[in-house]
Amino acid sequence: MDKIHSMPKRVGAIKFGLISPREVRKMSITPIITADTYDDDGYPIDMGLMDLRLGVIDPGLKCKSCGSRAGECPGHFGHIELVAPVIHIGFNKIIRKILRSTCRKCSKLLLEPAKKDEYLSQLNTLKEIGHLPETYVNEIFKEARKAKNCPYCGEEQLEIKFEKPSDYIEDGEKLTPTEIRDRLENITDDDVRVMGMNPETARPEWMILTVLPVPPVTVRPSITLESGQRSEDDLTHKLVDIIRINQRFQENREAGAPQLIIEDLWELLQYHVTTYFDNEVSGVPPARHRSGRPLKTLTQRLKGKEGRFRGSLSGKRVNFSARTVVSPDPNLSINEVGIPYEIAKHMTIPLKVITSNIDILKKYVSNGRLIYPGANYVVRGDGKRVKITEINSEELAEKLEIGWTVERQLIDGDIVLFNRQPSLHKMSIMAHTVKVLPYKTFRLNPSVCPPYNADFDGDEMNLHVLQNYEAMAEAKILMQVQENILSPRFGGPIIGGIHDHISGMFLLTRNEKNVNKNDALELLRKAEVRELPEPMGYDEVGDPFWSGKQIFSQILPKGLNLEFSAEVCMKCDTCKKKECEHDSYVFIEDGELISGTIDERAIGAFKGLVLDKIVKEFGTTRGSQFIDDVTKLAIRGIMRTGLSFGISDEDIPKEAQVQIQKSLVTAETEVSKLIAAYEAKELDPFPGRTLDETIELSIMQKLGKARDQAGNIAGNYLGLENSAVIMARSGARGSMLNLTQMAGCVGQQAVRGERIRRGYSGRTLPHFDKGDLGAHAHGFVKSSYKSGLNPTEYFFHAIGGREGLVDTAVRTSQSGYLQRRLVNALQDLEVQYDRTVRETRGVIVQFKYGEDGIDSTKSDYGEPEFVHKVVKSVTGKEVV
Amino acid sequence: MAISEATIDSMLKDLPLPEKMVSVLREDAIKAKVSKKELEEIIDRLLEEYEYACVEPCEAVGVVSAQSIGEPGTQMTMRTFHYAGVAEINVTLGLPRLIEIVDARKEPSTPMMTIALEEEFSNDRDNARKLAWEIQSSHIEHLADVTTDMANMQLVIDLHEKTLIQRDIGIDDIADKLRDGLGATVHIPEIPDNQIVVRPNEPSYRELLQLAKKVHEITLKGIEGIKRVVIRKEGDEYTLYTEGSKLQKVLEIEGVDATRIYTNNIGEIYSVFGIEAARNAIIHEASETLREQGLTVDARHIMLVADIMTCDGEVKQIGRHGISGEKASVFARAAFEVTVNHLLDAGMRGDVDQLNGVTENIIVGQPIKLGTGNVHLLAKRHGLD
Repeated sequence: MDKIHSMPKRVGAIKFGLISPREVRKMSITPIITADTYDDDGYPIDMGLMDLRLGVIDPGLKCKSCGSRAGECPGHFGHIELVAPVIHIGFNKIIRKILRSTCRKCSKLLLEPAKKDEYLSQLNTLKEIGHLPETYVNEIFKEARKAKNCPYCGEEQLEIKFEKPSDYIEDGEKLTPTEIRDRLENITDDDVRVMGMNPETARPEWMILTVLPVPPVTVRPSITLESGQRSEDDLTHKLVDIIRINQRFQENREAGAPQLIIEDLWELLQYHVTTYFDNEVSGVPPARHRSGRPLKTLTQRLKGKEGRFRGSLSGKRVNFSARTVVSPDPNLSINEVGIPYEIAKHMTIPLKVITSNIDILKKYVSNGRLIYPGANYVVRGDGKRVKITEINSEELAEKLEIGWTVERQLIDGDIVLFNRQPSLHKMSIMAHTVKVLPYKTFRLNPSVCPPYNADFDGDEMNLHVLQNYEAMAEAKILMQVQENILSPRFGGPIIGGIHDHISGMFLLTRNEKNVNKNDALELLRKAEVRELPEPMGYDEVGDPFWSGKQIFSQILPKGLNLEFSAEVCMKCDTCKKKECEHDSYVFIEDGELISGTIDERAIGAFKGLVLDKIVKEFGTTRGSQFIDDVTKLAIRGIMRTGLSFGISDEDIPKEAQVQIQKSLVTAETEVSKLIAAYEAKELDPFPGRTLDETIELSIMQKLGKARDQAGNIAGNYLGLENSAVIMARSGARGSMLNLTQMAGCVGQQAVRGERIRRGYSGRTLPHFDKGDLGAHAHGFVKSSYKSGLNPTEYFFHAIGGREGLVDTAVRTSQSGYLQRRLVNALQDLEVQYDRTVRETRGVIVQFKYGEDGIDSTKSDYGEPEFVHKVVKSVTGKEVV
Repeated sequence: MAISEATIDSMLKDLPLPEKMVSVLREDAIKAKVSKKELEEIIDRLLEEYEYACVEPCEAVGVVSAQSIGEPGTQMTMRTFHYAGVAEINVTLGLPRLIEIVDARKEPSTPMMTIALEEEFSNDRDNARKLAWEIQSSHIEHLADVTTDMANMQLVIDLHEKTLIQRDIGIDDIADKLRDGLGATVHIPEIPDNQIVVRPNEPSYRELLQLAKKVHEITLKGIEGIKRVVIRKEGDEYTLYTEGSKLQKVLEIEGVDATRIYTNNIGEIYSVFGIEAARNAIIHEASETLREQGLTVDARHIMLVADIMTCDGEVKQIGRHGISGEKASVFARAAFEVTVNHLLDAGMRGDVDQLNGVTENIIVGQPIKLGTGNVHLLAKRHGLD
């Protein structure tokens, strides 16, 4: 036991309080008396704001107080003795309350002693439960304010008016901070307690400043510009102002200046101290820089998104991270991430040298940082970190011994975290296994796009390298992609086939009846399948052939039983199940696809039932292997048939076009009939609607129906031989609506759910008559995207499109804030060992999570079907 | 060898399984005529599987729930749509509605009620219609033309007889209501029929004009705040849908089935039926909003949000004026919103931050006490005791 590592220290609690003048003086290293910072030689003036005893910021210099160098020295406070007290702007509200509820003569809280005791005990109970006393304290103040005369000395109480920013007026006379401070000073400690304050840490008179702490230079570093000129921090500027006025105030007072001037200077001092604390107080003009920019003072440093709390303390910057563009690679496993050599060479993992790894680490060290895989640093036994260079690599490898640490470069198999912003849910950061690859992008299996919400149009993603075994183990067990296939949001798979995977599987399992041995092996080459099943038949030459369904069955686990209707299901009145003529009833028995087509309902992300079942029944490892196999098989499947889409796929036959035209014309005439009826005032309004609303609604209805009809006509002529239809029907991409808009009719353009009405007075565009209610005048687009839009249609389409864009922009900010609020409110909740859900104070929020205690990814276990299944498996009897 | 229902009940008693599962199991056991041994085995299996399906201790369920509700927010629409089924009534849906729910607003932007009726009303359209007029607020502009007679310094109200009969309001009722509401002289002249004349107490033009304005604000019949009532046949009974919501008042009306009444105003449900009802209303409203948008979110997440909003006995907002503003930790509050005020107050009160939550520990720079951070391993060192 030569060395026992000290346990890492933990901060147990942090106590807040006000700083007393005595404390300010005690912690101060020097009073600051001169407003000048540097002398003519550029040397800091003693007892000035840049006094060398306040800390060092220039590298190479040593602190005059503690002797440490820049970076080590935390800095030391100074102080300014204010000539007259000033009010701390942040405490105005409470000072006001205290003044109004204490006696103006004896400074006692204006409450009967019995009442005080009662309030005090209430406050203590509140503290015990962990509730904030704020509302209760306000009540106490309100109660105390009611007294007209002091119950102790009988003095009549006068009303105290408060005027922004910090004036207190009693009976027409302004109270000076000195007077206020005297009153506060006289309040007894017991009364202070009743006011919800702790007199040990915060006496009320400390809210009136008599001495101002000067923060160390490390808090307000100055920067040297290129020209050699020094540019001071905003806080320094503000402090200079305070010292100047303070000095002038003192001089004037000593010289016996008239009261008026003294008061002015006092007010000026108050202004500077106020803006030093907060430069955005309402009613106070902000202090400005010479350039006119408002100064960033203490409050501004803490506040807001980029402020100290949200910007620097809650969000921290890290090392060992990388960022680049992502691109797809279906040959990677979903658990892997492809990393460019370039990045792998810069990212390191520290490894302790032990007997079992010394040889390989020696190799890495001798490779240095240029030859991959190498190492970038070694930490010697004495704790010194040495950079490996081309010159010293061999020498360091030679010297390497047990107990040293080697920071080796990233290699295949390391665990890293991968992330894409915005990180909206826990699946936005997952652990992947490293696969070092050539080129300069991160590569990922397209199946993991849905959880990250990534695409490859230039998206960038971040990578974080874990630095110890504990972290790696935790990441691998809890965060690896395969552990996140099921989303806790809805308990289904969020990772699964997308786009080409679905159309590929669809083509393979629907149409392929004749796959010869060569092709079968080619299709299954990348999947872990080593044997082909019994062929479906033999062709005329006697060569065996297989069906696409058989090929797909090879990647299913044995023992999988499942039946459901596929996405392409026509929703017939009576389902013929296995005998479905559209081949859309999926039936899987013992890992064999007997009937049905594999599409989005089977393997798609969010919906894939086969995927769901495999993950839940065969485990996450089998699940991830299945997804890997699906991606590989689907890509080869789609390459076998080919799937392309072009402008000619939107062609519909002449007769269809005629039909569409006809139905649109009928709709238009119907609309004009409606308008005629409306104008003749013959239209019956809908109950509770005005006539104008009624006509709008009925026109919208009519035109909507017309668009649907046009779509149906176009759809009837576009069959499953059309690749766009294949994609839409199988759920791979797009919808039939998209297709009918391209081939048939685009339809009504809407703004806020209504037809387009804005524009000129009485009409949308000068092309139409005033008051024209017709379809064309209000944004009905009769043309299809293929045939092209006429100018007015194009314009209306742009209006509709713009609304969509605005909508998205507004939505992202709103939902972002909603998310932030939700997370902030719920983040401390945790399931305890007694299965209750509690927050940090121990308040029980739920006695059993979700009323049944079941994890949402395993919610199937709480369903009646599960009980039926268990009963059946034990008794062998069907109970449904 | 089937066992009796009583035996099954005694065997199922006090099982640590959710009630739902136990009741299903009871039915199944009776149906399948299980033997004692079989039932024992079934129970063992279920217990084992249930244990597996339970959330693990230390799981950060709060964050998971928050993310599960927040994440689909990006996919929601912003628009107000018509209520499914009742085209006449507009209801806020999508993201704005979800925000409204978690904000715990006193009044939703589009309050709405669904009122089921007792039998004698629900089967008869005329009776239902009658009830609807009892509920829908009638104002003077619905019933009459109001003309300001400057010459004689009076308001002349010409009532539509047809509407009066339809809405079942008597002319005297209107006169009484006007008298109460306006505090002016109201009288019904003999000729012509259906006319009411209102005169200000003091003859001045200002008074008269004010009267003309005020007369429109008086609710003559029905419940103030319910702008419209729509009757629809749902299945084989008539149901009322209202625009505007006044739960307390509607409940007092004869013929309303108080057990099947609903409003989307959570605040009202809280004040009338109490906190548990409010919790259920939050769950129902939030899950309906999400479901309508075609988003599937597990009920457990919504329940947790509803529970944290209601666990103190009052409906609290998710945000600065509710849960986040009442956290025990100074740092957690400061890091959320209104940073400086929280720090100043903490200083003044001499608060102590116990560093138990997530934000506090991140700020201080140490591991958080959640999930893996809440579990510690102690290794026994050999050779030492």
